[in-house]
Amino acid sequence: MIRFENVHKSFGKHEVLKGIDAEVDKGQVMCLIGASGSGKSTMLRCVNGLEDYQSGRISIDGETINAHASSIHAIRTRVAMVFQRFNLFPHMTALQNVMEGPIHVLGENRDEVRARAEEHLRRVGLAEKMDFYPSALSGGQQQRVAIARALAMRPDAILLDEPTSALDPEMVGEVLSVLRDLAQERMTMLIVTHEIQFAREVADGVIFLDQGRIAEHGSAEAVLSKPTHPRTQDFLRRVTHPV
Amino acid sequence: MSPLLERIQEYLPLLTTGLWQTVAVTLLSLVLASALGLVWALMRSSGTRWLSLPARYIVEFLRGIPILVVLFYIYFVMPELGLDLTAFQAGVVGLALTYSCYIGETFRGGIEAVDRGQVEAAKSIGMKHGKMMRRIVLPQAFRIALPPYGNNMVMLLKDSSQVSVISVAELTMQGKMLASSTFDNMTVFTMVAALYLCLTIPLNILMRRVELKLGAAT
Repeated sequence: MIRFENVHKSFGKHEVLKGIDAEVDKGQVMCLIGASGSGKSTMLRCVNGLEDYQSGRISIDGETINAHASSIHAIRTRVAMVFQRFNLFPHMTALQNVMEGPIHVLGENRDEVRARAEEHLRRVGLAEKMDFYPSALSGGQQQRVAIARALAMRPDAILLDEPTSALDPEMVGEVLSVLRDLAQERMTMLIVTHEIQFAREVADGVIFLDQGRIAEHGSAEAVLSKPTHPRTQDFLRRVTHPV
Repeated sequence: MSPLLERIQEYLPLLTTGLWQTVAVTLLSLVLASALGLVWALMRSSGTRWLSLPARYIVEFLRGIPILVVLFYIYFVMPELGLDLTAFQAGVVGLALTYSCYIGETFRGGIEAVDRGQVEAAKSIGMKHGKMMRRIVLPQAFRIALPPYGNNMVMLLKDSSQVSVISVAELTMQGKMLASSTFDNMTVFTMVAALYLCLTIPLNILMRRVELKLGAAT
């Protein structure tokens, strides 16, 4: 469904993606892991055109992603994104945040959208917080609103960029449990994460990125439990047994 | 000379008509300058060179000319080019043009201060540039720009006195005429200053209130 073919991406002279080939199938959860600076966030952000790439091809259901083409707006409505720092709209309540896209981008009926948005917020456990502004919510609650905002677009896939990295430790669990539910419902997800245990649990596939290249790629079991590449072994040792 | 209170009573009607002219000039030029300033700010933050560059040059050009010269130009030079404006109209246009630059820079600062993540979040739900500015960026930018915008308002109010040089009968002009006919400089200009303060002090208080209220809302 989401396909990378020999994708190269540079920031100026610095090449961050050096020929990425990968594929995420429908209903699959793919986790991207790797050290910071390995290019995993960039790889994710290329999918919905928040970053462009210089060569190769990224496609969704066969449609090529071009960050500079006008087609990108329609593609973004089909591929939702959840950010590390939530990026909720601070001048809108939780409910308004969730309703914003369907009403003002997709032009859907307000009453239907409201019902659906309330349902999504209930699902992520925020029935009581619908009319709160983001500043009155904890990090974990904000991130769950952000997930509800993504779901409200009824996307074909969701991109998640380190969804728990900005959270206090006690709030990581509530966000991961929402993501676990989504995985169970076969929502297609591409997740950049440092939560190795979580990846082991929910991921169908894991990609280990090292300096802009895919060093290892396979089932969660294969990559996380029996890594063959020395860089993967080294990385996993460091994140699972931090010094 | 008659007693002070009598003199104040005598001068007040004339100065009050001047005060209303000052309010009218200020409000009209504020509305125009804000609209125009928003245009400059949107052009400059459009990300398109053929919009941002002209806006930048216009703003730098206008900012480099003293208000008095702008006013003289509009009032005395434009008629030769076929644009005949009354002193009042010329005053409003001159102030609006000059202040559109300050206000435009204020708005631009607000727009640029909005967190990058907001832009990315708006894009990621498929918003196009125009809607993103309208629904996500500008509401936040205005909030950020409000304190400096309030300062611009007070400065514009005070600078409206400059239009007296092209004979708009606003507060300063009326004061000058009154003083030169009565030679009672102290009373007249003290009254003029007091009347300006009657406008600027409430305006400052109002701005502080609005800021507090907006600050509390988020």
